[in-house]
Amino acid sequence: MSEVSDEKLVGIVLVSHSAAVAASVAELAQGLSGGGASVPVAPAGGTESGELGTSAELIAAAAASVDRGAGVAVLTDLGSAVLTVKALLAEGDELPENTQLVDAPFLEGAVAAVVTASTGADLAAVAAAASEAYGYRKV
Amino acid sequence: MLDADFFRRWMTVTTASVDREAERLTALDSEIGDADHGSNLQRGFRAVKDALDKEPPATPGAVLTQAGRLLVSTVGGASGPLYGTLLRRTGKTLGEAAEVDRQQLAEALRAGVDAVMKLGGAAPGDKTMIDALLPAVEALGESFTAARDAARDGAVATTPMLARKGRASYLGERSIGHQDPGATSSALLIAALLDAGPGDADAGGGE
Repeated sequence: MSEVSDEKLVGIVLVSHSAAVAASVAELAQGLSGGGASVPVAPAGGTESGELGTSAELIAAAAASVDRGAGVAVLTDLGSAVLTVKALLAEGDELPENTQLVDAPFLEGAVAAVVTASTGADLAAVAAAASEAYGYRKV
Repeated sequence: MLDADFFRRWMTVTTASVDREAERLTALDSEIGDADHGSNLQRGFRAVKDALDKEPPATPGAVLTQAGRLLVSTVGGASGPLYGTLLRRTGKTLGEAAEVDRQQLAEALRAGVDAVMKLGGAAPGDKTMIDALLPAVEALGESFTAARDAARDGAVATTPMLARKGRASYLGERSIGHQDPGATSSALLIAALLDAGPGDADAGGGE
């Protein structure tokens, strides 16, 4: 399914309008990834003052904190979270090299991304697994 | 010709307009959005004004590039990356020139508006800031006054539109009958060009 890139694991950033949502989804995704290698996951939720919204600085700090040199996959909820990550990527130097905004459902994509990253998969494989979560039908 | 001081005044006047109109912008946003447009933009433009006052950049392009960066990092809502991208791309297009004319500003702003459309995926008629900015950019070749009028008319024209982007789009038909807050703040930004100008701004740079 993927190439194993030494011991460097892909980092995951979870961006939500809500700090509680981002932190809880991070906790859930890590909890469901089982006893695999511990994937660097960082939530970036809400604004710096703790309100609902998006903070470019929290996103940049979260991305830097999970960068192990194997790339960083960023998953977002909606609206300004998506636009802010895109604007930061366009900026060029605000996010670690090899950072990718992943087109994926927030919760299901986060679980898929963390589980896949825990196997040592590369960024492309992590992003693909997260995107495939769109196809997970419930009915 | 328009120098770095002109562009600083543009941002200062915009900050004052946003301060003055913040309650109205938030009121419009409470009808079809999440009631934070005025306060978000106020926070962003105040940060821009403070930074530009403290350390004035030397060129028009640098003023707008720095303003754009600050808006992305301080606004906290979708208008941050959207206005940030508008100003950054406009600034980058102006390049290193110490002075630019109105025609060059019109072309650079057009590149900025294109970047915003690409970022947000909005087209004209979707009830967004684009509906004020595009007509303004087209009228800017004529004069700052024409651009201000075109932006204001464009904002007013969003009232009967059905929102196709952002949170308002979830409201479907219920978004009809409300003026778009983003188009309204865009009209403030464009109007500020006129108030920032030296008296002869409309004479400079044309054919």
